[in-house]
Amino acid sequence: MSDPLDYTKNEIMIVASARLLAGVRNCFVGVGLPNIVCNLAQRTVAPDLQLVYESGVFGARPERLPLSIGDPTLVSGSTAVTSMFELFAYYLQAGLIDVAFLGGAQIDRYGNLNTTVIGDYAKPKVRLPGSGGACEIAIHARKVLVIMRQAQRSFVETLHFRTSPGHSGDPEHDRARGWWGSGPTNVVTDLGTYGFDEETGEMTLLTLHPGVTLEQVRENMGWEPKVSPDLGETLPPTPEELRLIREELDPEGVYTS
Amino acid sequence: MGGKVTTMKDAVAELVRDGDTVAIEGFTHLICFAAGHEIIRQRKRDLTLARMTPDVIYDQMIGAGVARKLIFSWLGNPGVGSLHAVRRRIEQQDPEPLEIEEYSHFGMVCRYVAGAANLPFFPIRSYYESDIPKVNPNIRWMRSPYPDGTEVAVVPPLKPDVTIVACQRATPEGDAQIWGLLGCQKEAAFAADRVIVVCEELVDEAVIRRDPNRTVIPSVIVDAVVEQPFSCHPSFAQGYYDRDNAFYLKWDEISRDPEALDAWLKEWVYDLESHADYIEKMGPAHWESLKPEPAPSGEVDYGRYA
Repeated sequence: MSDPLDYTKNEIMIVASARLLAGVRNCFVGVGLPNIVCNLAQRTVAPDLQLVYESGVFGARPERLPLSIGDPTLVSGSTAVTSMFELFAYYLQAGLIDVAFLGGAQIDRYGNLNTTVIGDYAKPKVRLPGSGGACEIAIHARKVLVIMRQAQRSFVETLHFRTSPGHSGDPEHDRARGWWGSGPTNVVTDLGTYGFDEETGEMTLLTLHPGVTLEQVRENMGWEPKVSPDLGETLPPTPEELRLIREELDPEGVYTS
Repeated sequence: MGGKVTTMKDAVAELVRDGDTVAIEGFTHLICFAAGHEIIRQRKRDLTLARMTPDVIYDQMIGAGVARKLIFSWLGNPGVGSLHAVRRRIEQQDPEPLEIEEYSHFGMVCRYVAGAANLPFFPIRSYYESDIPKVNPNIRWMRSPYPDGTEVAVVPPLKPDVTIVACQRATPEGDAQIWGLLGCQKEAAFAADRVIVVCEELVDEAVIRRDPNRTVIPSVIVDAVVEQPFSCHPSFAQGYYDRDNAFYLKWDEISRDPEALDAWLKEWVYDLESHADYIEKMGPAHWESLKPEPAPSGEVDYGRYA
């Protein structure tokens, strides 16, 4: 496993995201990559992680890779099954969720997300799923992680629709919002990892994945990226992380190949 | 039989009327496809379909032309992708436009809560700095009348004309028990004018009374009860059958092509008399393959206080 190319783009996105969950307790999980990320974190950096699903499951222990956030495997063996009202009101709105995952068709430099339409709302070019729980998750989760592949068409200067609010660009305004969260805290892409600048709320490149250049990042972004003065390299996956992903979490390579 | 027990055909004929607002709720779990198919078969028209997560059954119903409007918070084929019939109507008005009214999940849940609790609106902390209220004038703002003066979004009650709820077991009167994901079936049922309960199994009242904490819907709000095994296929009923994921994947292909969609509706809905035919046509091996291993709950002791 010493060859740095001996892992897939999704695998480095998974491990880089899982490491951000160190010490986290209550985590709102999505399907696909976030699900593997959380299960990996539970086995490595966050043994007390409780998997919470917006379908109304708290403390899930899935015995198979869930096909959706409403998979029956999430119910069997879980700590609690709640109504949707309880989940959104008592768990999310009341501030119990430490970390949540969001994604989208478009993200801007302040971490605002679009999952609603491409084009004009009234006559969209592409009708996307809409908010689901994303709008309130962005507001109430104390930390929001975004996992997205990077491209010009998804990392855009101007969103076509703001489904879920991110940072406003004015930190004073953000502090005065009185929300538990305040937009995404980290973004992990296939090229690198980002945080958000405390002064400006702007997405800031923190690390490049091994073998990735700043030029590649620029080519796949709709704005000139802000780069941390301490720009580093993402630590490659460890053999143990790769073993867990490949042998236990996604042996058929559904999400990782 | 007895009580409110009837057939799906009669329940839909009597209780679902053209122009109604209809909710067939279910958050991936207990989605009553059989009722949706019967609505298609009876060629109901001009319905407003409400649901947090319109998925494959609403794509089928909208593709079949039963609806003029959709009220929702997340639109898609869960874990798979898009609803292509719905997208054709929204993106290309093909074959006709579809009116939409959209919320977030919490907003939709609280619309049902307001409807169920007979409240004029429900306040939530959501939609701040989002574009959703800009395209939905039903989402409004108010300040708390108490000293903190917090600004909250408010949503209006949603009171479906008919809510159809699938459950694992119910009495002939309609006392219904659900375990597994609860979605917002309870809220949608209490908010509705008419309620159809569709159960995997009819059970004696004594079964329900032995475990009253599991009752989600009481018979007092129920108008009709239909016993229909596998009514939720290809979605699932916890403990009874798994999601038929192959079908969700197949639907992605079918719904991309309007002709393939029409052919599917003809073969699996219009040309069949009822869900019993659908079950038979699928074949017993298929149903066997969806059956989970048992994992019974431990029993609790309610105590007898005579």
